[in-house]
Amino acid sequence: MVEPFLSIQHVRKSYGTNTVVQDFSLDVEPGEFVSFLGPSGCGKTTVLRMVAGFEEPSAGKIVVAGKDITRLKPNQRNVGMVFQAYALFPNLTVAQNIAFGLKVGGMNKPDADRRVAEMLEIIKLPQMAERYPYQLSGGQQQRIALARAIAPKPKLLLLDEPLSALDAKVRVSLREEIRSIQKKLDITTIFVTHDQEEALSISDRIAVMYGGKAEQVGTPFEIYNRPATKFVANFVGTLNVLEGTVTDAAAGTVRVNSEQVSLKGKLNGSKSGDTLTLALRPEAISLGRQPGRDSSLSGEISEVHFLGSVIRVRVGIGGNTVSLDTFNSPATPPPAVGEKAEISFSSDDMLVLH
Amino acid sequence: MTDLSLSNRTIATKPAPPNAATAFRFPTQWIGVAPFFIFTIMFLILPTLYLVVGAFQDGDGHLTLDNLLQLVSDPSISNAYWVSIKISFWSAIIGAFAGLALAIAIVRGGLPNWIRSATLTFSGVASNFAGLPLAFAFIATLGRVGIVTALLRDVFNLNIYAMGFNFLTTAGLIVVYLFFQIPLMVVIIVPAIDGLKKEWGEAAATLGATQAQYWRMVVIPVLWPSFLGTVILLFANSFGAIATAYAFAGPALNIVPIKLYSQINGDVLHNPQLGYAIAFGMIVITGLANVFYIWFRTRSERWLK
Amino acid sequence: MKSGKFWAWVVFALSAAYFFIPLLATFEFSLRLRRGVHSFDAYQIVLGDPRFQATFMYSVIAAIFTIILGVLVVVPAAYWIRLRLPQLRPIVEFITLLPLVIPAIVIVFGYIRMYGSNSPLPFLASDLGASSLLVIGYATLSLPYMYRAVDTGLRTIDVRTLTEAAQILGAGWSTIITKVILPNVLIAVLSGAFLTFAIVIGEFTMASLLNRPAFGPYLQNIGANRAYEPAALAIIAFAITWGCMSLIQILSRFAPKSANRPN
Ligand SMILES: Nc1ncnc2c1ncn2[C@@H]1O[C@H](COP(=O)(O)OP(=O)(O)OP(=O)(O)O)[C@@H](O)[C@H]1O
Ligand SMILES: [Mg+2]
Repeated sequence: MVEPFLSIQHVRKSYGTNTVVQDFSLDVEPGEFVSFLGPSGCGKTTVLRMVAGFEEPSAGKIVVAGKDITRLKPNQRNVGMVFQAYALFPNLTVAQNIAFGLKVGGMNKPDADRRVAEMLEIIKLPQMAERYPYQLSGGQQQRIALARAIAPKPKLLLLDEPLSALDAKVRVSLREEIRSIQKKLDITTIFVTHDQEEALSISDRIAVMYGGKAEQVGTPFEIYNRPATKFVANFVGTLNVLEGTVTDAAAGTVRVNSEQVSLKGKLNGSKSGDTLTLALRPEAISLGRQPGRDSSLSGEISEVHFLGSVIRVRVGIGGNTVSLDTFNSPATPPPAVGEKAEISFSSDDMLVLH
Repeated sequence: MTDLSLSNRTIATKPAPPNAATAFRFPTQWIGVAPFFIFTIMFLILPTLYLVVGAFQDGDGHLTLDNLLQLVSDPSISNAYWVSIKISFWSAIIGAFAGLALAIAIVRGGLPNWIRSATLTFSGVASNFAGLPLAFAFIATLGRVGIVTALLRDVFNLNIYAMGFNFLTTAGLIVVYLFFQIPLMVVIIVPAIDGLKKEWGEAAATLGATQAQYWRMVVIPVLWPSFLGTVILLFANSFGAIATAYAFAGPALNIVPIKLYSQINGDVLHNPQLGYAIAFGMIVITGLANVFYIWFRTRSERWLK
Repeated sequence: MKSGKFWAWVVFALSAAYFFIPLLATFEFSLRLRRGVHSFDAYQIVLGDPRFQATFMYSVIAAIFTIILGVLVVVPAAYWIRLRLPQLRPIVEFITLLPLVIPAIVIVFGYIRMYGSNSPLPFLASDLGASSLLVIGYATLSLPYMYRAVDTGLRTIDVRTLTEAAQILGAGWSTIITKVILPNVLIAVLSGAFLTFAIVIGEFTMASLLNRPAFGPYLQNIGANRAYEPAALAIIAFAITWGCMSLIQILSRFAPKSANRPN
């Protein structure tokens, strides 16, 4: 592994007796794009603000490029920050906003002008230089805020839910733009969001946070397909949860609603008679027996939602309900509510949650 | 309801008026604002114009500049203007900065929350506590037999009157006027300070700005228009004030509003034309202050919506 | 930020001293009428003075009429501008700000010259006329406050939508005004009213120049002739102002919360 560029080590933060971040550790490689994903109030912003220097950790330290910056003032850290509410200076034009960091950093005017023009080119708003923030749309303002943050070439870029205030279309296009700018400039980035799709689509790695702790840190693929905890499994993507009882720990068989499923090698340490929480992603399940799927369960169709290209079907299996998606095909009519149905899946896709 | 045009031509093309009132649009368009315009024209604009016109006429209605020239040539009048301008200017400037400091202290100083709300409530009251009662309060405090005067004399051996203190000096009146000027500034500027976003400061910090740079480049430019506007208001506020000063010394004090008061009352010489000129001079001064403000605002604030 | 907090305390303490010492001193002074002991004699004398009662009543009545006149002039205009004539807003706002620029003494001087006994509209020829002119003058002085209070009230309730909703339901103009608009701006109107009251109750310049038996000239008279009573009157006046401002604050808690603004 490469030497981490940013290293957050055992950081804690308490307000009075209320501990909002507990023992948070994370190493970020140079040029990496890491997202903090988690529900509201889980401490994402607090960690980010400790990295930026607005909050002082109650314990632990933060190291950037081998240097301990835990007690450094925000204006000495050389980090760029983008806020949810844009936070452009209303009295300055777009160009002046972008030049702000260059000016206070003592860059001379011709160099600063060149850099501003370059930034405006990167964010694709070259004709907006003389506008004031109130004359821009939200998406444009946020792009200016991004340009302002990266203009002084910070070592680290921090973005706190930069897309939350924008409408859905702009959100998608801007997140891709942020990602491509980040790659082009090769700038180490932390991106806070509570939108899982956003995190999954643009991150190198995701830290899923809950209750002030990192529940799991991994690539989007790992987070989605091999969630380490029940919380991660539930929070990222949709999940079908089933109750099962271990019938034979040695053989790895589990009974789900009177049918047997083989989960060899996944039971790590459970004994016969234990109750397990099992989970399946909707896309891992098909309706009817399919070749290559080694397990199946039978039940009755309880709901059918036609969503266009896919049809979401809910199947009652004993006391559990399982959602699955089938592709719409004009030739075959959709399944009907009340029909008996069999679902099949590969036991490799079944997650055992701890 | 989407058609707000003033012409009644558009009415005819409407297939069905929504109700009887709009069928006959022209008068109803104006009926709601008519009382306002009649009232303000009769009791605000015309009386003022009357004085303005009168300032340029002699007793027989002929055009003349004599009245206005008298403002300059009569030393007691020009002196009165000068004293009034001095008092208003300094009480506005000092009141504005003191009020700003207090506002920043209660909004951004990290003081307990109750201090902020108590100060705002008190400021609302004190900014309206002017006129005679204010003078009475200061006489009871710092008058010749006032409590604080006695206290300073007996305990600290300081005789402020022997040291030249007097309510009838410029400094004396300024001290008193600050009692409503400071709170007025607080009441107006606190919302403006509240409007400064915390993120602006944080954004500036991450960009490497010191606190001083942030203030110079963002805070001051953003607050400046409201601040300057309030300074002008404070200026006008004390420029027209009579009652407090009148309570200290009656007609003896030589400031413009008392001069005009005496003219109207006929205490001194009764010359309405001179009165018009004095009134006109007052309007010109407060008006100029506002023109300066408007000019400055439009020049410096293209960023305001 | 530690030193920032220190300076905040310093500024606050200095301000508190400047504002509270005169008030406390005045209060103490007002208790000194009887030699050697503290007593409320000054208050008794003042409150028992028939001229106090008469002038105070006169000013209260003048204030009430001022408020009524102000409402009649301002509310329809503010409503109409929100609803039908937004293009007049800059002009109306400019006019309502004029009384902050033109000193009261100039306005009343204009009245005296324009509406004197020999003029075509001789307000000053009769007592009633002069009192009406005083009320008119006060309404002019309170115009900036009244207009702003009412306009803010109208903005928060979004009159346009309310009016259109009422029209769709078939309401006539009188119903719209009395049942929809007034109850919703009542709080705003009352705030403006109490502020007007506070400004008008001890007003001296206009009352004195129009020669009215109002509270302001009475205060002036007492101030010029007595020692301890003025201090008592100052405390009473401060209490009245405080009362008006508290009422405004209490009212603001009942004000309708904006329907169309974030937060
Ligand atoms: N200054 C503070 N004093 C006390 N508690 C605080 C303070 N700032 C944050 N908290 C608490 O810390 C917890 C974490 O807050 P934080 O802002 O980091 O959450 P978040 O994950 O960013 O949530 P969101 O997605 O809503 O922005 C919350 O429960 C919050 O109430
Ligand atoms: Mg947050």
